[in-house]
Amino acid sequence: MLDRVQIIFLVGLIGLLIIVLELVRRKKLKEEYSLLWIFTVVVLLVLSIWRDSLKLISHALGIFYPPNALFVVGSLFILAILLHFSVVISSFKKEHQELAQMFAILNLRLEQLENRISKAVKNDTEKKSPRPPFVVPQRGSK
Amino acid sequence: MKKIIAIIPAYNEQEAIGEVVYGVKKHIPEADVLVINDGSADLTETHAKECGALVISLPYNLGIGGAVQTGYKFAKDFGYDIAIRFDGDGQHNPADADKLIEPIESGRADVVIGSRYIKTDKGTAKPYKASFCRLLGAKFFGFITSCIVRQKIADTTSGFQAVNRSVIEFYEDEYPSDYPEVETIPLLYRAGFRILEVPVSMRQRQAGKTSITPIRSVYYVLKVLLSLFIGLLRKVPQVRSKEDA
Repeated sequence: MLDRVQIIFLVGLIGLLIIVLELVRRKKLKEEYSLLWIFTVVVLLVLSIWRDSLKLISHALGIFYPPNALFVVGSLFILAILLHFSVVISSFKKEHQELAQMFAILNLRLEQLENRISKAVKNDTEKKSPRPPFVVPQRGSK
Repeated sequence: MKKIIAIIPAYNEQEAIGEVVYGVKKHIPEADVLVINDGSADLTETHAKECGALVISLPYNLGIGGAVQTGYKFAKDFGYDIAIRFDGDGQHNPADADKLIEPIESGRADVVIGSRYIKTDKGTAKPYKASFCRLLGAKFFGFITSCIVRQKIADTTSGFQAVNRSVIEFYEDEYPSDYPEVETIPLLYRAGFRILEVPVSMRQRQAGKTSITPIRSVYYVLKVLLSLFIGLLRKVPQVRSKEDA
């Protein structure tokens, strides 16, 4: 009782679901970012199997050809996924800025610390002099 | 004695930075000079170090807001009482620094902005030759922010600012990214800080190129407008109540 467009949708969606799950399994996709994808695929699967629901939606929206309603619902979910990504990118930007600032400040502090230590060491050696210069023992020398 | 830090953000300013650092050291010898090298590809870092400035080098370009905020974070960590900001291109005259620092030292204001458009008794301190678009943009933002803060702010885009310790702490976690000067004014006002403008003369940039191009300015105007108005819908922590001002 499945018509051609339904079969195409089913095959495509199941394929997508497998890809998403496989990416999560291989740890190429984090669970939190896969949830929205899985949810989208499941909703579209339900709509394409249970045709009455699609008819209901297309009727409510005034769409003549029910499979088009599938595209409408699908696009909405894709928009949601894109918006989600923009939010994630924004938070990345904030975090990487803080990280860079912290890193740069620590770098300067480290530099100052090193200078202070080398100065202290220098003073120390000058005070304790004369002190035999430290000779690195050569490998193989007797 | 209050601890003063001069914060100088610089991006590819190898020609100008030395003179800026030198000028600041000469006019406010008690201040520590900190250059924030915002991922420059040239010799900004070396030149600044050679002139005796502390240099924080960001690993990549964060933009003016991120760079300046790094300076405020450093100032907070190391207990500075006053931070004064100069641009790395040399348009701010270090000889004016005292005018900005004095009201903060005496406690008359929390933020002092060096303004090139303000009129003194003798007329403008020294007429600043701005291009038509620049003036239009400045007037436009001046009008909007003045409406928001109910105080006349003539030069909202001036990066020549001195701030006290509580503003340093405020800036540490709240500083907008590009064109931060305009956006900070309503933030400061709503947090309850007292803003003061003093007339200064600004030089045309000494060397290097401005980062502002026509397309970018359109983007900036739109972006700043959006942040200004959305900013009004946000809650700002009330740092200082109007009463104890």
